[in-house]
Amino acid sequence: MSAAEEVVTEAAAVEAVPKRAMTLGYGTSLVVLAALILTPLFVKNFIIFQMTMLLIYGLAVLALNILTGGSGQFSLGQSAFYAVGAYTSAILMEHAGMNYALTLPVAGLICFGFGFLFGQPALRLSGVYLALATFALATAMPQLLKLGYFEHWTGGVQGLVVTKPDAPFGLPMSQDMWLYYFTLAITIAIYIASVNLLRSRSGRAFMAIRDNEIAASAMGVDVALYKTLAFGVSAGITGVAGGLGAIAVQFVAPDGYTITLAISLFLGMVVGGVGWLPGSIVGSAFIIFVPNIAEGISKGLSGAVFGVLLFLVIFLVPHGARQVAIIAQQLIGKLKKN
Amino acid sequence: MLSTLRIAAVSAAVVAIVTTSTAAFAQKKYDTGATDTEIKIGNIIPYSGPASAYGVIGKTEEAYFRMINDQGGINGRKINFVTYDDAYSPPKAVEQVRKLVESDEVLAVFNPLGTPSNTAIQKYLNGKKIPQLFVATGATKWNDPKNFPWTMGWQPSYQSEAQIYAKWLLKEKPDAKIAVFYQNDDFGKDYLKGTKDGLGAKAASMIVMEESYEVSEPSIDGHIVKIKAANPDVLLIYATPKFGAQTIKKTAELGWKPLQIITNVSASVGSVMQPAGFDNAQGVLSAAYAKDGADPQWNDDPGMKKWLAFLDKYMPGADRTDGSIVYGYGAAQTLAKVLEMCGNDLTRANVMKQAASLKDFEPDTLLPGVKINTSAADFAPVAQLKMQRFKGQKWELFGEIISGDVPAD
Amino acid sequence: MELFANQVLAGIATGAIYACMALAVVMIYQAIDHLNFAQGEMAMFSTFVSWQLMQWGVPYWGAFVLTVAFSFAAGIAIERLLFKPLAKAPILTNVAGFIALYAIINSVAGLIWDFTIKQYPTPFGSSPFLGSQLISTHQAGMIGITVLLLVLLFIFFRFTRVGLAMRAAASLPESARLVGINTSWMIALGWGMAAAIGSIAGMMIAPVVFLEPNMMLGVLIYGFAAAVLGGLTSPFGAVVGGFLVGIFENLVGTYIPGVGNELKLPIALALIVTVLVVKPAGLFGRPIVKRV
Repeated sequence: MSAAEEVVTEAAAVEAVPKRAMTLGYGTSLVVLAALILTPLFVKNFIIFQMTMLLIYGLAVLALNILTGGSGQFSLGQSAFYAVGAYTSAILMEHAGMNYALTLPVAGLICFGFGFLFGQPALRLSGVYLALATFALATAMPQLLKLGYFEHWTGGVQGLVVTKPDAPFGLPMSQDMWLYYFTLAITIAIYIASVNLLRSRSGRAFMAIRDNEIAASAMGVDVALYKTLAFGVSAGITGVAGGLGAIAVQFVAPDGYTITLAISLFLGMVVGGVGWLPGSIVGSAFIIFVPNIAEGISKGLSGAVFGVLLFLVIFLVPHGARQVAIIAQQLIGKLKKN
Repeated sequence: MLSTLRIAAVSAAVVAIVTTSTAAFAQKKYDTGATDTEIKIGNIIPYSGPASAYGVIGKTEEAYFRMINDQGGINGRKINFVTYDDAYSPPKAVEQVRKLVESDEVLAVFNPLGTPSNTAIQKYLNGKKIPQLFVATGATKWNDPKNFPWTMGWQPSYQSEAQIYAKWLLKEKPDAKIAVFYQNDDFGKDYLKGTKDGLGAKAASMIVMEESYEVSEPSIDGHIVKIKAANPDVLLIYATPKFGAQTIKKTAELGWKPLQIITNVSASVGSVMQPAGFDNAQGVLSAAYAKDGADPQWNDDPGMKKWLAFLDKYMPGADRTDGSIVYGYGAAQTLAKVLEMCGNDLTRANVMKQAASLKDFEPDTLLPGVKINTSAADFAPVAQLKMQRFKGQKWELFGEIISGDVPAD
Repeated sequence: MELFANQVLAGIATGAIYACMALAVVMIYQAIDHLNFAQGEMAMFSTFVSWQLMQWGVPYWGAFVLTVAFSFAAGIAIERLLFKPLAKAPILTNVAGFIALYAIINSVAGLIWDFTIKQYPTPFGSSPFLGSQLISTHQAGMIGITVLLLVLLFIFFRFTRVGLAMRAAASLPESARLVGINTSWMIALGWGMAAAIGSIAGMMIAPVVFLEPNMMLGVLIYGFAAAVLGGLTSPFGAVVGGFLVGIFENLVGTYIPGVGNELKLPIALALIVTVLVVKPAGLFGRPIVKRV
C-alpha cells in the first residue's frame, strides 16, 4: 500500500486521497448522526420527505464515490443502475406483492450483477472512453425501460405507481417519518460497510488501482477483478438507493431516470469532494436544494443561476466539501494550540 | 332505471350546490389556502431542463392572475399564484407539490404539466383531498371521477382527438393506407391507441406502418425515408412541434405528397407551419379547440383582442406565435371562473364541485362554438374539436364541431 | 435494395450533422485533453447570434463571418474568465464547470430568444442534389464545408507551428513548457478555435433541425459518439465516425426486426462501445501508451 502511494503520478485522473482522510472523526460523526435522528421530530412531513430524498441521493453519490474516488473509474451512467434498482423494487412490490423491505436486497443484488457485468467491457476503457460508455448506458436505459416487450412488467411509458408502506407494529408515526428512519438505518449500515470496505484489503486494492494501475498489477493486485468488483459494489448500492427512491416517490417512470439524474449525481460527488465519503451527503444536499434556491432567485433564468452557483462553489473550493472540512480542521487545530 | 336514479342524484347535488353557494354568502367557509383577502393556488411546471419550452405556460398563468388582481381579484380576494419548477422529473414533481401543500399551504394545485409528473402526484393529492385541477396533459386517465375525484383534466384527450382523425379517414378515405409516426412516450402512444380504437376492425388492414422516434434524436429524416418506402398515402404525425415541422419539411423535400394529419399539439402556425415552410404545409389537416395567436383570421375576434391586450400589458415582448400562451390563458381563465363560482365557500370540496359544474363556459381563446361543460360524472372540460385544413398562411376550419369524449379505462 | 441505398444516403446526410459537431469535439480535445459538455450549447448560442444578426438585416455570409469571429473571441474569453482559474483544480471539477456552463448558456438563450423553433436559412438552397431527393443541396453543402474544415484542421495541426505547439501543449504540457511553448495561451486558442468550428457546425445544422435552445442536446450525444468512434485525436476519424454513426443508426432502425426502431440509439452506442473494446483509441486514434 505504502509503495503504491509513493508512485503517484500526475497522470492519475483522480487524485489520491489517503484512506484515513476518507471518513469523519468520531465526534463529528456523532453530532451529524444526532442531527439526522432528531431533526424529523421537529419539522413538517414535507421536510422529512426532503430529508429522505437527501439520504437516498446521498447513498447514490456515495456509490459513485466508491467507484471514482475509490477505484478511479469514472461513470456517467449511475442513473441506469438507479433505474434498475427502482424498477426492481417497484415490480416486486406491485406485481409480486413482496414486502418493500425485502425488495431492497434483491434490487441491490440484481444491480450488483448488472454492474459487475458492465464492468467487464469497461475494463478495456478508461478516461473519456469510459465516460462515453457509461453515458451510453444512461442514455439507453429509459429507452429500454419503455420497450414494448417489457411493458407488462414495467408499465411502459406510463410507469408504475407504488404503494407507500405504513409504519410497522402500530408505531405511532407517519408514513413519511417511518420511511425516513427506515432509510436512515439503511444509509448508516451502508456507510459503515463502505468505510470498512475501503479500509479492507479490497479497498486498498481499489486505491492502488486508482493511483497507478500498472504499479498495482505489478504488486500482484488482480486489476480486472477489483475494477469490476468496484463497479458491482457501486451499482449495488445505487440499486438500493433506487429502490428506496421508488418507495419514497411512490412512482417509477422512464422520465425519472434520464441522463440528467446521472449528471446530478456526478455533480453531487464533485461538490461533496471526490473520494471523501461523508461529502456524499453534502453533495446530495447541493443537488436537491440548490436548484430550489436558483429557482427562488429567478424563474426565467433558474438554469443560469444554478450554473453560476455551481461555478462559485468550484471556484471557492475546487476539491468540494472535503476542502472545507480540511480547512475547518486546521482552524480548529490552530485554536487548540492557542 | 339506474341511469334515471343517477340523474336524479346529480340534479339533487346540483340543487344542493346552488343552495349551499347562496347560503355561503352569509357564512364564509374556508379551507387551508383561502382567507377573506387571498386565495393561494399552487402550480408546477418545467422551467428548466429539456421541457423548459413549456415554462411559458406557468409565466402566462402568473401574468393572468396578476391581471385579475389588478382588476380587484375574485370576489374581492387576490390570487396568490405560487409556481415551482419540476424540471419534468417525477421525483422533483413530488417534492415540489408536497412543498406547495405542506409548506405553502395552497388551496389547490392547478395545471401541473406532464403525464409522468401528474401520475406521480395524483395518489398523494387525492389521498389528501386536494384538488389537482385542470392538469396540463391530454391523457385519458384524468377523466376518472370515480377513482380520482380530486383530479380533473382540461384539454381534449389525445385519444379522443386521434379517434376524430380515424373516423374522418373511415368516412373520407376508407381505402387509405395509413402510416403512423409517433413520439415514443405516453403522448405518442395515446394517439396511436386512439387511432387504432377509432379505426376499429379496419385498423389492422389500414395501418401499413407504425414508426416511432425518440425525443433525443436530432433529426427524423431516416424515419421518413423508411416510412416512404412502405408507400402509404396517409401520414399521421403525432409529434411535438419541432419534429412535426421537420416531418412536414422532409416529406416535401422528398417530393412525397401523402395526405398529412398533424396533432393539435403541433398545429401552431407560427412555431410549426412557418418554420416547416408554408409551401410545404399546404393541405395538411389537423383539429383545433383553441384559436391560434399567429393566425390573422382572429384579428377582429373580441376574445383574441382581449388576449392581445393582456399580452401587451402583462407580458410585453412575449412571442405571440407560441401556442403555450394561448393555452395558459385559457386554462387560467377557466380556474378564475371556477373560483368566482365558489363565492365565499372556498373549501376544497366546493372547488371540485364548482369545477364539475361548468356549463357552456367559453374562455376567450377557445374556438367559437367550443364550450366547456363538466358534471359530476364528466371530468373532461374541453371535449370538442373542429377539423381544419392548412391553406395559404392559415388554418381553414371545416365541418361540424365534434365531441370526442373518451372515458378513462 | 433501393431502401438500403436510400437509408445509406439518408444516413450520410444525417451523418454530416454529427461529423460537423464531432470536428468541434476533436478540436477541444486536442487543446484541453478532455471533452467539453457545453460545446453544443456554445454552438447553439453562436447560431442564435448569427440568426439575430440576420434579423437585423446583415446578409448571410456577413453574419456567418461575424459569428465565427464572435465565437472565436467568446471561446477565448470563456477560457480566460472561467476555466483558467480552474487549471489547477482536478479534472472532474473542470467537468462540473462544463456542466455549469451548459446550464447557463441554455437558460440565457431561452430567456433571450424563447423556446419556439425558428427557421434558419441556408446559403445552398434545399432543392434535390444531383437528382437525388435524399440529399438536398444544403446537405451536400454541409458535407463540403465539413470536408473543407477537415482539410484546414489537418494542415493546421500537421504543418503550422501553432498547430504543432497546441498538440504538444495538450499531450505533454510540461515538456511543451520546457521548449518554450506558452501552454496556457495554447489552451485559450484551442477554446477559441473549437468555439469557432462549433459555430460553423451550428449554422450548418440549424437549417435541418431548426433553431431552438435545445437543438444541440441530441446532436452532442451523437457528436461525442462519432468523435470517440473515429478516435478523439484524429479530425479525419471524427468525420468518418460521424458518417458511420449516421449510416449505422439508419440501418439498425430499418433492418433489425422488432426492437431496431425503438432501440436504434442504444444499439448504435453498443456497437461503438464494442468497437472501443477492440480498439480502445477509436478507429483512427493514436493508441494510448500507459506508463508507470
